[in-house]
Amino acid sequence: MEEIEPPNYGGSPPVRLCAKVRRADSILKPVEDLEYAGLLRRLPSCPRRDSVYYLDRRCVRKSASGDLSETKRVIQFLESEESALVSRGSLLLRMELPSDPEMLCVVRNALGELAAKLGFSEAECRAVVLAVDEAMTNIIRHAYLGEAERPIEASFRRIHVARDGKSKDALEIVLEDRGVTVNPEKLCGRALEDVRPGGLGLHFIRQSMDTVEFSRRWGRNQLRLVKFLAVQEGPRKGT
Amino acid sequence: MKISARHLDKITIFDISGDIDLATSPELRKALLRELRELKTPRVVLNLAGVRYIDSSGVASLVEGLKASRDVGSRLILFGLNRTVREVLQLSKLVKIFEICENEEQSVAP
Repeated sequence: MEEIEPPNYGGSPPVRLCAKVRRADSILKPVEDLEYAGLLRRLPSCPRRDSVYYLDRRCVRKSASGDLSETKRVIQFLESEESALVSRGSLLLRMELPSDPEMLCVVRNALGELAAKLGFSEAECRAVVLAVDEAMTNIIRHAYLGEAERPIEASFRRIHVARDGKSKDALEIVLEDRGVTVNPEKLCGRALEDVRPGGLGLHFIRQSMDTVEFSRRWGRNQLRLVKFLAVQEGPRKGT
Repeated sequence: MKISARHLDKITIFDISGDIDLATSPELRKALLRELRELKTPRVVLNLAGVRYIDSSGVASLVEGLKASRDVGSRLILFGLNRTVREVLQLSKLVKIFEICENEEQSVAP
């Protein structure tokens, strides 16, 4: 099998995204997820198929003809997704929890401390905590239908995202569950003028976070939340 | 969350402290609905000064209590809203539908 050596931009681990570049609105599905650039400098290529590699927020496209070049079109393609799969920052915290409402306070306390350490203001910390609490509440109630012993995975990363022509630090939170498929149409919340109990959770999440993305991958619901740091805190650590 | 009741003439005051979330809001809901629907207490006052956190399920319990109070012709009054509670109520755009007092004295005044 032919091998290629991707350019070493350092930083985030490379992710080989897909064997074929598809329409810009299609969902990216990684065929391989390589842990560390330093360990896998040489990647097997797929003959006669285009491959896209993502390295440290830059994209390299290897065409079927063997040409290895940066492709702006692909970069735009990836930025439109702003996917967790490509925004691999430094992992700060990872939790595996049962879907027990009693665990919500554990997550809130840990996340509140984490957000404060990252430099978020007190109000931003409260907003992030509220969003994650509401998201986990939705998982427990809607994805697991109230079952208390199902798994919820939560990962918290510091990421670096290009936004408005600038590179910004942000906290990325990914929540995963193996519950029933959530109908995205039901994730629209409700009109606030309609005074009745319930339906506020998604509104709180959207008001509190800069990015809210829901997806279903490999039998799992994944919710990705991003909150940008208002002020840069100096050089990134751990990448 | 801790919830305790005090009675003052025809007024019941609930002192609530701690976190109101998915785990604890059913207890608040149950206490409110019992006081309003079953006992038909004319005025129910919630002292929220000790509430450290409230989420949408907590707000939903308050809304249920408010609806119950309207159904039976009672008053549901909140006081002692700290910044966290006020922020969440403002975020829900429901802050205007509740009767909110600055302190206990106001909330029990004739």
